[in-house]
Amino acid sequence: MKQFWKSMLKSPSGVIGLVILLLAIGVAVFGPMLFPNSPWRMVQRPFLPPFTLSTVPLGTDALGRDVFAGMIFGARVSLLVGLVSTLVALVVGVPIGAMAGYFGGKVDDALMRFTEFFQTIPSFALAIVLVAILQPSIYSIVASIAVVSWPPVARLVRGEVLSLRTREYVQAAVVTGQSNAWIILREILPNALSPVIVLASLMVATAILLESSLSFLGLGDPNLISWGYMVGAGRTVIRQAWWITVFPGIAILISVLGLNLIGEGLNDALNPRLSREGR
Amino acid sequence: MLSFVAQRVVKGVIVLLAIVVLNFFLIRLAPGDPAVVMAGEAGASDQIFVQQLREKFGLDKPVPEQLFIYVKGIVTLDLGFSFRQQAPVSKLILERLPATLLLTLTAFAISLVLGILFGTFAARFAGTWLDTAITIFALVFYAMPIFWVALMGILLFSVTMDWLPSFGYETVGANFSGLGHVVDVAKHLIMPAMTLGLFFMATYTRMTRASMLEVKRLDFVKTARAKGLSDAVIQRRHVLRNALLPVVTLAGVHSGTLIGGAVITETVFAWPGIGRLMYDALLQRDYNLLLGVFVICSAMVLTFNLITDLVYRLVDPRIEFTS
Repeated sequence: MKQFWKSMLKSPSGVIGLVILLLAIGVAVFGPMLFPNSPWRMVQRPFLPPFTLSTVPLGTDALGRDVFAGMIFGARVSLLVGLVSTLVALVVGVPIGAMAGYFGGKVDDALMRFTEFFQTIPSFALAIVLVAILQPSIYSIVASIAVVSWPPVARLVRGEVLSLRTREYVQAAVVTGQSNAWIILREILPNALSPVIVLASLMVATAILLESSLSFLGLGDPNLISWGYMVGAGRTVIRQAWWITVFPGIAILISVLGLNLIGEGLNDALNPRLSREGR
Repeated sequence: MLSFVAQRVVKGVIVLLAIVVLNFFLIRLAPGDPAVVMAGEAGASDQIFVQQLREKFGLDKPVPEQLFIYVKGIVTLDLGFSFRQQAPVSKLILERLPATLLLTLTAFAISLVLGILFGTFAARFAGTWLDTAITIFALVFYAMPIFWVALMGILLFSVTMDWLPSFGYETVGANFSGLGHVVDVAKHLIMPAMTLGLFFMATYTRMTRASMLEVKRLDFVKTARAKGLSDAVIQRRHVLRNALLPVVTLAGVHSGTLIGGAVITETVFAWPGIGRLMYDALLQRDYNLLLGVFVICSAMVLTFNLITDLVYRLVDPRIEFTS
């Protein structure tokens, strides 16, 4: 563990990414307490340009709502959706991949055809259809993002398990008569964890992008403010009020960038044999 | 080779059928009577039309029979009727398809050419400021949501500098003909295609760079160098050619994402393609049209995957045409 942090802190991208993520989490957790302005309430005149009033530093939108407050509250939705939908995708993808890799043969064939099928479907189109049909809410958004993002997890885990199950220590566990479930959970999966963690950090980033795109199209949870929704709402008035679209977009960019950097840092730290020169 | 193509086409058709079946169950996930859902929500449908739909799709019959009727309809290219737009879904989609193909293929070409170019440069000058600059550039574009890039493009190139039109496929009412029309469409195409292409360009840049650095260390490159070949020839003929394989694979995998990006891009730029059609269907909760577009998108992705599979085998003669 100590070793891990040491190498993680050695990679500049990992450090920058961690700092960004910690900041974003801080804003999501404590921000709404420090800035009690409701993002839905009218606080000033509409279209107030940014940097004119210190109480509404980033100006107001077409309905006189505080853009800064929206960004603070939006951080919660973006990070939460990103994390939870990735967790759900892991819960679906890891067992499927583990079973396919461990049992092989027909089980592997069936599970992998199933996975490939989901990988072929255009993911964003499927997410749109799912959210539209299930009605937009935070649950349908999380569910649809998870549905479109688990296949790579299954494929990755399958590959890892395939190579691990022939190792001697796993054979030893088989000989001592351990059950399949015990071998998968206690012997194989812990050793397949590091690439999964790397993938997961990148998935959170993709999930945030997906969520913002859905909200931008008007498929966000109508009761929760999110960055994508704000950009979508500001889109029609972009000629008069650039700040409504510019600032929330920067928030998305920085969070996604941070998570991608963490992914790279994790990759260097967890898979030193894979990290290449000059990366 | 022919049997390989036939095999892949059969496989693709099976997947497409499975998607159609998925579609069938998706529409039944929507709350309420499927006939009403198909007709469009919120009072857009009248009783007679709903009754017609119920009879046509046999919604009073058992589910397996309903499924059969539904699949039969789609096989004969009957994707149903859009009550909201008062037109058959297949006709609406066919009208919009050329614009989407123009946009996605242009974006794809831009992303691949620029991505490979930048990636090659970064790998060639690995560790220098040029490499760092390209890497940061790619990282930033990789993290930007497409809709935001689109809006920033409009803000910069249409609103502030007034260089490019901010929406549409051609200038309304201008009635250009011949070359004038081509130039007009091209002007409208630049921003949407760049927007859609930049995200993928970032991906291909990163992939090409990593892949080239990896191939560079292999033995055959040393051999080529020992033979006294110039650096440029080694880079081009030996390193790049091998390094492109994973990039081609990635391009195939990305075709689905490209279509998804087209939905967003076409929405922002009011580009009259099927992505925009999907957005309209979404706004009007026109589920039949929405699912029709979804099926066509899937078919496009399958076709694209088949093509990349073939290209892959052409680029790498080591892979044989068997599966």
